[in-house]
Amino acid sequence: MNDIKVKVKGLSLRYGTNLALKNISMDIPEKMVTAFIGPSGCGKSTFLRTLNRMNDLIDNVTIEGEVQIDNINIYDKNIDVVNLRKKVGMIFQKSNPFAKSVYDNIAFGPRINGVSKKSVLDDTVERSLKQAAIWDEVKDRLFHSALSLSGGQQQRICIARSLAVNPEILLMDEPASALDPISTAKIEELIHELKKEYTIIIVTHNMQQAARTSDLTALFYLGDLIEMNKTEIIFSNPSKKQTEDYISGRFG
Amino acid sequence: MNRNIKDTIVESITGMCVLMIIFIIVSILAITIIGGWPNLNWAFLSEFPREGMTKGGIFPAIVGTAIMTIIMAVAAVPFGVITAIYLAEYANEKSVIARTIRFAVKTLAVVPSIIFGLFGLGFFIGFVGKNLDSLLSGGELRWAQPNILWASLTMALLTLPVVIVSVEEAIRTIPRDMREASLALGATKWQTIRKVVLPGSVSGILTGTILAVSRGAGEVAPILFTGAVYFSSHLPHSLSDQFMSLGYHIYIMSTQSSNVDATQPIQFATTLVLLLLTFSLNAIAVILRYRIRKRAK
Repeated sequence: MNDIKVKVKGLSLRYGTNLALKNISMDIPEKMVTAFIGPSGCGKSTFLRTLNRMNDLIDNVTIEGEVQIDNINIYDKNIDVVNLRKKVGMIFQKSNPFAKSVYDNIAFGPRINGVSKKSVLDDTVERSLKQAAIWDEVKDRLFHSALSLSGGQQQRICIARSLAVNPEILLMDEPASALDPISTAKIEELIHELKKEYTIIIVTHNMQQAARTSDLTALFYLGDLIEMNKTEIIFSNPSKKQTEDYISGRFG
Repeated sequence: MNRNIKDTIVESITGMCVLMIIFIIVSILAITIIGGWPNLNWAFLSEFPREGMTKGGIFPAIVGTAIMTIIMAVAAVPFGVITAIYLAEYANEKSVIARTIRFAVKTLAVVPSIIFGLFGLGFFIGFVGKNLDSLLSGGELRWAQPNILWASLTMALLTLPVVIVSVEEAIRTIPRDMREASLALGATKWQTIRKVVLPGSVSGILTGTILAVSRGAGEVAPILFTGAVYFSSHLPHSLSDQFMSLGYHIYIMSTQSSNVDATQPIQFATTLVLLLLTFSLNAIAVILRYRIRKRAK
């Protein structure tokens, strides 16, 4: 097992008075893929969004407990959320490229961080697109609108866009749920490649996807973390009855 | 009474009301076009009035209206856009301040335009202008009198609600996942607004601007006391000059002229120019707004 990258200690989250996450603790190792599974509404996406403080944008959310990334609590008062989000990139369920060209989409992150030199931007765009395994498909239409690409390509553009700001962790919120099987396979292959350099945390409601892509799997149910272990153990020999019921399709 | 007869009566009444409205619109257009079209030519558009304003064109009124609406837009649009950004992006819906602003905007939209004229006279000329004069020129009269700047700013106040409402509507159609994409890349809120929200709202900002311009171009009351004149032998070449305007020109030609009958062709043609101007501006705004709504779905 690799070193711990993210350490969550006693994290609870409330929407108003509604307790959506109950005292979650877990360790997420670096440069591995950790999958969160569970039925809809179990809190897995909410939990993912606590890791880059995306829940800050929602009114009425209160959070207790700690999330440490590289041993620093990201809910500490002195934490700069902007820097945190550069370090912890996010891929959303619905691909959301900007209504700009492919190039401008990828260059968005570097540009807001003050990079304006064309050669640097060119290099970053090429490197990011190559890492996201979409360079060959778009290299001749870098200046076409990203919205003209297919859904699967758009999602890889979004991944490339995240990579362009050199994150260390990638959060993926059901990144393939809106894609066809072929595009899904490409995203999964990509996840496999990316884990050599990045810590990846993926939310999925597709259990085969969790089994195929992840090293570790955590099962959430009604705001509780039921069980977390190596993926092969979760899928072959889980210790909790609820986990067994869920992966065998008896509930959820 | 037989229910079917009642139905027929209701249908006839609603139908007649619709016909009435169509009749009114067609009449206005027909009268204006029949009366104005024969007199509408290049000379009319490009010449000054002559012979006690019974001959000649309306060039200074067109230029005056154009300059006034440009200054108005320059003042109203940035102010309106900033207010809309605050309302859509920063204000908490339930906060006292947001509700106060909304109430103020709605109130501003229903204030009769003549009140804006009086406000402009009292505030810009009587207060701002007067103090400017005593500051800049030791009390010599320059800014404390009606001029194109005060008229434009008064008009800007009148059109501000139009701008705020259109821009806020456009900002709110930018999907949340676009903002999240930007924030998740480490953009600050302001960077997100500037690079994602505002570029996506361009058509809304344009719609607001055009609606404001078309409203401002046709209004007379706000500029009555604040800068419009009966006649000017030259075009305004400074912000402290007075100016002629199309709407005001129609008013004076039909009520104040020394020979109302002789100026009738001029009245018709001026009305036609003003109608064409505001209609086409409104049409552009409608098309743009339609596009925004389509995107929102």
